[in-house]
Amino acid sequence: MASVRRIMSDLRLFGRGYLRNAAGLFFGLIFPVILILIFGAIFSSGFSGTITLYVQNQDDGQVSTSFVDALNQTGTVSAVLVSSSENFSQYLSAHSASDGIIIPEDFSASYMAGEPVNVTVYGNPSQSSSSIVSGTVAGVVNWFNLQRYGGSPIIGITQTTAQAQVTEYIDFLVPGLIGFSILVSPMFSLVNISSEYKRTKLFKQLSLTPLTKIEWLASKVLFYILLSAASFLLMVAVGVFVFGAHIALSFWLIPFLILGPMLFASLGMLVGTVSKSTETASVVGNIITFPMMFLSGTFFPISLMPTYLQHFAHVLPLFYIIDGINGVMIYSNYAQAAIDLVVVTVITIVFFVAAVRLFNWRED
Amino acid sequence: MIPVDVSSVKKSYGDVKAVYGVSFSVNEGEVFALLGPNGAGKTTLIEILEGLRKRDKGAVKVLGLDPWRSGPVLHRRIGVIPQDFTFFEKANPKEAVKYYSDLFGASVEADEILREVVLEDSSGVLFENLSGGQKQKLGLALSLVNSAELLFLDEPTTGLDPNARRAIWDVIRGLKSKGKTVILTTHYLDEAEQLSDRVAIMNHGRIVAMGTSDEIIEAHGSGERLEIHGTEELAAYVKAHTKLKVEYKGKGLISIAISQKHDALAALTTIEESGLEWRDLHTRRDSLDDVFVKLVRGRIDEEGEIRVENMDDNSHDQRRG
Repeated sequence: MASVRRIMSDLRLFGRGYLRNAAGLFFGLIFPVILILIFGAIFSSGFSGTITLYVQNQDDGQVSTSFVDALNQTGTVSAVLVSSSENFSQYLSAHSASDGIIIPEDFSASYMAGEPVNVTVYGNPSQSSSSIVSGTVAGVVNWFNLQRYGGSPIIGITQTTAQAQVTEYIDFLVPGLIGFSILVSPMFSLVNISSEYKRTKLFKQLSLTPLTKIEWLASKVLFYILLSAASFLLMVAVGVFVFGAHIALSFWLIPFLILGPMLFASLGMLVGTVSKSTETASVVGNIITFPMMFLSGTFFPISLMPTYLQHFAHVLPLFYIIDGINGVMIYSNYAQAAIDLVVVTVITIVFFVAAVRLFNWRED
Repeated sequence: MIPVDVSSVKKSYGDVKAVYGVSFSVNEGEVFALLGPNGAGKTTLIEILEGLRKRDKGAVKVLGLDPWRSGPVLHRRIGVIPQDFTFFEKANPKEAVKYYSDLFGASVEADEILREVVLEDSSGVLFENLSGGQKQKLGLALSLVNSAELLFLDEPTTGLDPNARRAIWDVIRGLKSKGKTVILTTHYLDEAEQLSDRVAIMNHGRIVAMGTSDEIIEAHGSGERLEIHGTEELAAYVKAHTKLKVEYKGKGLISIAISQKHDALAALTTIEESGLEWRDLHTRRDSLDDVFVKLVRGRIDEEGEIRVENMDDNSHDQRRG
């Protein structure tokens, strides 16, 4: 029978050792917060939301001026006027820009006369900003064409979002990095200590005490649940108070915060215990951890990835944890979170049982 | 009850016969040393007794239990220092003893146990900062936590300086005086001689001699030796003119085995006849060193450690660094 006294005693010893190790503390608690500060600063506050559009207005008539005003009023682009004497193409290169339009000399006159006239749109097809620019320009052009013949639009657009609040990048980042810390600390630590204790024969020594394998692993799991909880609170605090993230806290998060560390502690243990040497363990651990770290929706939403990578993400355990936390914290989609929770529970049980079964601290 | 009873135990790793038909028993309150060079099979044997390894053949009873099948029950009743004892680097001795006593459910005072192994002054120093001797003392302290009657100490002083070794010896003597049964492996001859009541000399997985030092010398020694100082030429002369076993030991020392009184007279007469210089005549009995060197065909180095030249392949001990 597992003994709570032995688990707690092992937890105390391990926890104290962890707190005395500056590197562990840094990677467990401080590093995820640094990540959230860096990514949050880059993508949240620095991004104004409008695309700079260079406009060379060769016409300077009344119509072309109101055309530029109309572009600015869309809110998607902000026009920067370029003198007609400049070579437009060279000007764009000199400003490391790809998006711009040229309004030709006879624009106003042709418009009034009802003669066809073209505006030239510069863009780089590989950049998402360029398609936004051409769409915006096309919209304004259509509006002016309608106006010319006194028409009015029949189909209108009413814009809204699925959530009460607009979802910003930081809202994705907080759950993603919570997932990141749930993965990284227990996984790397257990890969390392389980292969290291095997090498130094510390496991063999522990096998001479009444401590059992399950108790040993249980105390590590407990420790990383506590560490993840601390890291969770820190990251939510930074997300909300520094970047004003719109995230919801709910009791639904608790199972993910418990099962996540348990899953990756078990997986780390499994890797460490089946690897012959510490070096192999660390290589195998990295091969498993790194794809998961980037492709499970940690730093950016999965939907931004190509389809085949999205499919691949579905075999990564961390995907279901982050998807579930996203469901709870951003979308309030508890049905989706419940499905994720079932998947996470099954994977966790499989890894935990496999780790305990395959891990042998005696030799034949 | 006999604490340890072993008969015809065998253990192989592939083709390597690590332990090959070993039998012995250890009495209550006895300090029993397994002495042998690296690769003799001492650690494999002691780990079989501790329940850490499974034997291939033979019968083993430790405190009346089969160590492999009843490991968890046995482990509560024995104390062990494994070879190359190590602990969590970021824990200090006091925490280590507390941890072990929690695991065993034992109510012991950490300070008291650390005092017993003379480690109380370093009770707050992290394990990674302890000296080699202090680490071994902690190992001893941990093996005492569950008040075991039977202790297994696997090379408790390997790699330590002479002072640290003597300090560990004192602790082990203290354990003996408390009536504990101790099984000790060592490759230091003086350690076996100083600490143990009985010695079993192991070589190539077998016990080649067993008993008290006197019994082993009696059984395997060549009796008296006549030792004189003289040249190599003198040694060769005596060898050529008598049937005696003559050895030139170097540094001007000649050693002649004497099995009956007549041998001594024959030796002295021949020496006198040679007309060569000699001095410092004396006789002595074979020491355990002599017997040991003869039995394992090795030598003892400056530090008292056994060295075996041309160790053949069927030697297996723990894969030491």
